[in-house]
This record gives sequence, structure tokens and C-alpha cells, in this order.
Amino acid sequence: MSTTKKGVAGTTGVGPTGKTTADYEQMRDKYLRKSMWPTIFCTGCGHGSVLDYTFWALEELALDMDRVVFVSGIGCSSRLPGYINADGLHTTHGRAIAFATGVKSANPDLTVIVFTGDGDCSGIGGNHFLHGVRRNIDITVIAVNNFIYGMTGGQLAPSTPRGAITTTSPYGNVENPFNMAEIAMVGGASYVARWPVSHPYQPIKSIKDGIKKKGFAFIEMLSPCPTAFGRRNKLGDVQKLWDWYDEQCMYKEDYDKVMAYGTPEEREKTKDKITIGVLQDIEKPEFTTEYAKVVERLRSQKGGGGSAEEY
Amino acid sequence: MTVTGDGQSKGVNMMEYGKFDGKLVRQVLGAKTQFIIGDMACVYGALLAGCRFYAGYPITPASELAEGSARLMPKIGGTYIQMEDEIGSIAAAIGASWTGVRSMTGTSGPGFSLMMENLGYAVMTETPVVIINIQRTGPSTGQPTLGAQGDMMQAKWGSHGDYEIIALAPSSVQECLNLTVDAFNLAEKYRNPVLVMADGEIGHLRERIVVPDEKDMLVQFRTLVKVPKDKYVPFVPSVANPGSNVPDFAPFGSGYHTYVTGLTHNEKGMPATDKQPDHDKLIRRIVSKITGNMDKLLRVEELMLDDADVAVVCYGATARPAQTAIEDARAMGIKVGMARMLITWPFPYAYFEKLAGKVKAMLVPEMNLGQMVHPIREAAGGQCKVQPLGKIGGEMHLPSEILMGIKGMM
Amino acid sequence: MVIKIEREWCKGCGVCIERCPLHALELSKEMNKKGYFPPELTPNNTCNNCRLCELICPDLAIGVFVETVEGEVKAKGDGKNGPDSEYGSGEG
Repeated sequence: MSTTKKGVAGTTGVGPTGKTTADYEQMRDKYLRKSMWPTIFCTGCGHGSVLDYTFWALEELALDMDRVVFVSGIGCSSRLPGYINADGLHTTHGRAIAFATGVKSANPDLTVIVFTGDGDCSGIGGNHFLHGVRRNIDITVIAVNNFIYGMTGGQLAPSTPRGAITTTSPYGNVENPFNMAEIAMVGGASYVARWPVSHPYQPIKSIKDGIKKKGFAFIEMLSPCPTAFGRRNKLGDVQKLWDWYDEQCMYKEDYDKVMAYGTPEEREKTKDKITIGVLQDIEKPEFTTEYAKVVERLRSQKGGGGSAEEY
Repeated sequence: MTVTGDGQSKGVNMMEYGKFDGKLVRQVLGAKTQFIIGDMACVYGALLAGCRFYAGYPITPASELAEGSARLMPKIGGTYIQMEDEIGSIAAAIGASWTGVRSMTGTSGPGFSLMMENLGYAVMTETPVVIINIQRTGPSTGQPTLGAQGDMMQAKWGSHGDYEIIALAPSSVQECLNLTVDAFNLAEKYRNPVLVMADGEIGHLRERIVVPDEKDMLVQFRTLVKVPKDKYVPFVPSVANPGSNVPDFAPFGSGYHTYVTGLTHNEKGMPATDKQPDHDKLIRRIVSKITGNMDKLLRVEELMLDDADVAVVCYGATARPAQTAIEDARAMGIKVGMARMLITWPFPYAYFEKLAGKVKAMLVPEMNLGQMVHPIREAAGGQCKVQPLGKIGGEMHLPSEILMGIKGMM
Repeated sequence: MVIKIEREWCKGCGVCIERCPLHALELSKEMNKKGYFPPELTPNNTCNNCRLCELICPDLAIGVFVETVEGEVKAKGDGKNGPDSEYGSGEG
């Protein structure tokens, strides 16, 4: 599929086709609610980059933006739909996936994309997260993980690393962090990927593949939070923090190799690294498709009567 | 809406929103006269009113709402989804409503408590949605299988912040059907969540119902946006119905790119949380949708009140023993009548202020320790005595108990 | 001009400057209205149009031009393209 409209190309790569800013500016004009720009995000925050990658993924897919719905919960990540020129549902803390399930199951024609955060998704929203995965409903969840509750000032989150300083773990975190992407994997999500925001092409492709996937797609984006997480953990300099994120990340294949075949020293150095990459990509029955089959089966049966039956 | 093979629709016909096949619904419901329980009658009412989305979670005594919906929704091309908890249920119902379908959820006390946050969200975002509460005794787990009326105040004050709600109280299984239809129409008309506050007694009561014909029923859908996209402002009083404070609705997928948020927002729907006037303006408009229509939302059924000295004020299940008690009292020569609220919220203050001037006393039997008696007393303004008659523990008042109460007021 | 910068959108995070593989960007001397110093191209820059700054900027404040000479697209600089990517050129 290639689009031939002027100025709106189907590529974002630096290949020989090249790009003019006309495409970039047209992309911004098409997807951005310019009246709300610039964002509320802090200097050096990665959320804006996630938005950019989502725009490029949508541009690649050439979706009809009238038929895309963005759903979010509460938090920094959940402000993202407000910047997008499309239908948006900014809901209550932790419940984005539940609202999105309602939107999608009521009208499966719509493309539903969820923006959520580490606290929103795996903290208060844990139950909805688990069941979205289990149900395998065709939504794409982009969970922006900044290892902290940023919007409220920097409290401990379910994803905060051990030992990290936050406003509610002022002496160091004594809890263990969730590995959200791994939970999605183990739960059986159709598509699971994790990338840091500092490298554009992989997230763009993953978001694109996640949207295309017929099933629950979970893309975890590791995003720096200089104001809350960075500052309190002596990583406050924006560059230092972005570099720190890159240092924590390791492709899953490499991680698995080291953990399987490495020396004890190598394994010790590696074991706390964050695995990135496309972690899972499987096919399985999807909720709205299966439900539509039930409806079809019932509608094609002769005589629709009989009703309350047992009651 | 035409759907292409890749799932992306091309063009949307606004007129298709809200349409449903009333004939198919009646065919699926079956016989015109049936013997069913209250929960099931609520489901019937919902389907007849055009509801085609139910999100729920099992809870006694409301599980049959979910079970009935699970069985009937696919038959009419609707959706039943069982969510992981009640919070998810109301969330899914609200999300579904934004795609332009009539949606509902149902629960009992413990689930109702869980739903409070998202109930406020539905008010703030002006989402039409119906929530059915088959009340049971509380607090906490209480007596799951026995009815009560202990959530009546929670219906109005349960969520945080300033808001208005519409709550209906059925007294029979047929009313479960009829009032659920009304609930949908009200939700659509006012773009507000509407509650059906039934109780476990009525919910599990089996009675004869008659399925109304299409011509005997009103079915209302929310007013859709008609202005062109560049002139669209989401949260302003209606353009299609001048004089109405209810904004016109643009479903998701219709191309209007509405941003919906629970934050205090401006007319464009964008967050505007810094200044007092913005919040004041928004909330007062939302609240005025209800408070500005009190006359239309007055539904009190009167029985033998014209010459009454004592008025028995009741709603829901208690109306049934109350009626017997009143008939018995009249036979004894006591001038007593009944004022039965079908709509309990918004509370009909003006009506009860007037009634309090005509009678000497009001008896308020409730299956709780006194809830609706408070606004009744407030409305009476000291003009007459207001006496609660609370009974808790899952047993309905006996007519003799209410009769004793009436005699005590003389 | 090879890049276009929305000066008032810039929040001065400096990621573009730090991450440019050819060190073609530096802080400008003039503040924007919010008090940040947006980036600008260095005088002898060898920008090769890799567009990493455009893609990574959290505020969408940079756009990268490609010079067109008589309909033929030419990148400024040494003509070599940006980092290898398995991403390639989209669908179809």
C-alpha cells in the first residue's frame, strides 16, 4: 500500500526517497492540536517523543483519523490524547483500558489506542491491564514508563527500581519493581515490545505493528523524567538521564545469551538490565472477532424467540 | 456505516446512530405477556429502549441483569461484556456510550460503591448511561440475598463534588421494565447518568409483565451535532434545540474529534483548571440541566391524598405494604393517603413543601434507618410532623406495621 | 536553510544537540520567550539530513529540509545517509 497524496508520503525513513519538511509540517498540521502546544511536559521529558513516534506510525498506516480513538487515564502520559487531532477520552486513574474495552467492543470498526503510564497501568490499573491482556481485545496500549508517579510530584511507583529515591521512598525503595512488558508477555498478549524513547525507528515500527495487530498490543516506552526521577536520583541532567536509560537497556536476545552462557561476573553485571525489543508477537483469537462470530451464529438461527428462558 | 475490508469505515451517516430494530427486539423477547423477575424486566426495558451494550459483573441480587443481557444482547446484535470488576463495568459502559450506543451496567450496593468515581466522570463528561442498582442490605457485604433501600442517599451524594443525578424507583416488576425505558430516555435527553434504584425484593420478585408495543412507547436518542466540523464546539448549550442546556452529541468516529475529559474543561473540551470562573460556569451549566427542569422531572403518584390528614410517603418496594395499610386504615375511617415517588432524585422539594401544608403528618416507611426522610423533612419546613419508619434486615414492612405507624401519627 | 526550528516551542532540553551524530547543532545565543536557548546549526556543519533531531525532539520543534535542485533531491553535507535502520521505507 502506498499513498500518493502530495506531501503526505508513506515513508519516514532516511532512505533514498528523502523527505521534505512539507511532509513534516503537514504531519504536524494533520495530527497535532496546535492550540494546545507547547506541551505541559517538562524539559527533557520523553513523552513528546512518544507522541511524535505515534504520529509517524499513524502516518505510515494512513489511517482515517476520524476513526481512531485515543483513550488515557491520569498522569503525564495520559495528557497525550489532548494534543492529538482526533477523538479522545481522558478518563479516571487506572481505568483507560476498561474504557477502551467499552469503546472497542461497542464499535469494533474504530481503532483504539491507549496512552497510559507505569503507575496508571500497573498500579491502580493493574486489574484492567491483566484482563485486557487476557481478553485479547484489539486495542494498542502504549505505556510510557518513567519509573515514577510524575504528575503528582515524584512518588514511588510499581515500576520504580530497588533503591531509588522518590518522595515516598525517601530512604530508598525497598520494594521490587514490576516488569510490565513481561507481565503482558506471560499473560499472553498478542504483541509486546519495549523501547527507550531515545531511538526513533524501532518504536515507530512497533507502534505501527501493534496497531496493525489484531489483538492486544502492548508497547512499553521507557521515558526519562528529569524533574522527578532524575533529579532525586542524581541523574537530573537531561543528557545524563537520557544516557542512563540507554545504558540500562539491552536487547532481549543479548540479555538471554549472557544469562545463559555468560560468566558469573557477566551475569551479575547484566541481570538488572532492562530487556528491549519486540518481546512477543503471536496470533491468537481476538475478543471482538470471536464475539461477532457468536452474534452471527445466533442471528442466522431460525426463529429468534424464546427469551428469558430460565427466568 | 459502511465498513471496508480493512476495518476502516468510509464515511459515516449520522442518521444511523441510535437506530435499532424494535421488531427484532420484540421477536427476541418472545411472548407479549410473560412471568419474569424484576432483574429480567429491567433487561427487557433496556432492550426495548434501544440499549445494545451491557457491561457487568456478577453480584447478588443483580447477577440476573448480566445473565439476561448475556443471553439476549447477541441475539439483537448488541454486545455483552463481562468486565473484571464493577469499576471496569461502568467504565466500559461509558466508553461504549461515547461511540453512540445506549449502554448500561447493573450492580448492587458493594458494586455501586465501587462505581462512584466513574459515575462522577459520567456526569462531568455529560455521558448518557444507565446504572441499575438492585439494592441489598448494607453496609459492607450485609445480606446479599435480601433487599433494602439503603443506597438512596448514596445515589445523590455518593460521588465527590457537586453534581445532580436522576434516580427512579420501581415498585413492581412491570415498573422495572417501564422505568428502565424511562431511565434511558432521560439519560439520552439530559446527557446525564440515570439510576434505577430497585431493591432485592422487587429484583427477585416474579410477576406478570406485558411487553409494550412500539407505538405505545417513547424511545429517545441524544441530540446529535448538526453543525459543520469547523463550527463545532463540544460543550455549549444545544444548537439543534435552542433553549436547552444540553450540548449536542458527536459520537466517536463521526469525525468531530471531540476531546472528553473529567478535568474541568472549557467549551472546547480542553482542560481549564486554573481559574474559578471556568469551573463555576461549567458545573453550574451541567447541574442546571437537571435543576432547570424540575417540573419535567416531577413524578409522584398520589393515592387518596385529597382529604388525607396523614400522608404515607414512600418509594420502591415499601409502596406495596403501604398501599395495603392505607386501604386498611381507610376502612377504619382514618383519612390517610399515599405519595409514591417514582423519581426520587432530583428530589421534589416543591411538591413536598406544598403537601406538608395540606396534611397534618407524614409517615415515611423505608427499608433503611432513615434516608429519604431527610429531604422530606427539609421540604416540609416544619409545616407538619415527619416521622420515619425504618425497617432493616431484609424483611419488607408488614402492612400491619405501617398501619400501626399511621395510627401513631393521629 | 537546512533545518527549521520553532523557537517558541523549544524547551531547551538539548537532546538534539547531544544526539546529533555529526554534532551539527549548538545552542543559539538568543533566548526564546520562555527563557530557553533553542538550537541552531553550527557555522561549518555537515548535516546530512538524517533527521534524528526531528524525530527525537520531544516538542516537535525541529523540521529538517532537503534541498531540491530542479526537482532532484539532494541532501546537504556529504550526501551519506543517516544511521542504518532495518526500518526502511514503509509499506508497498
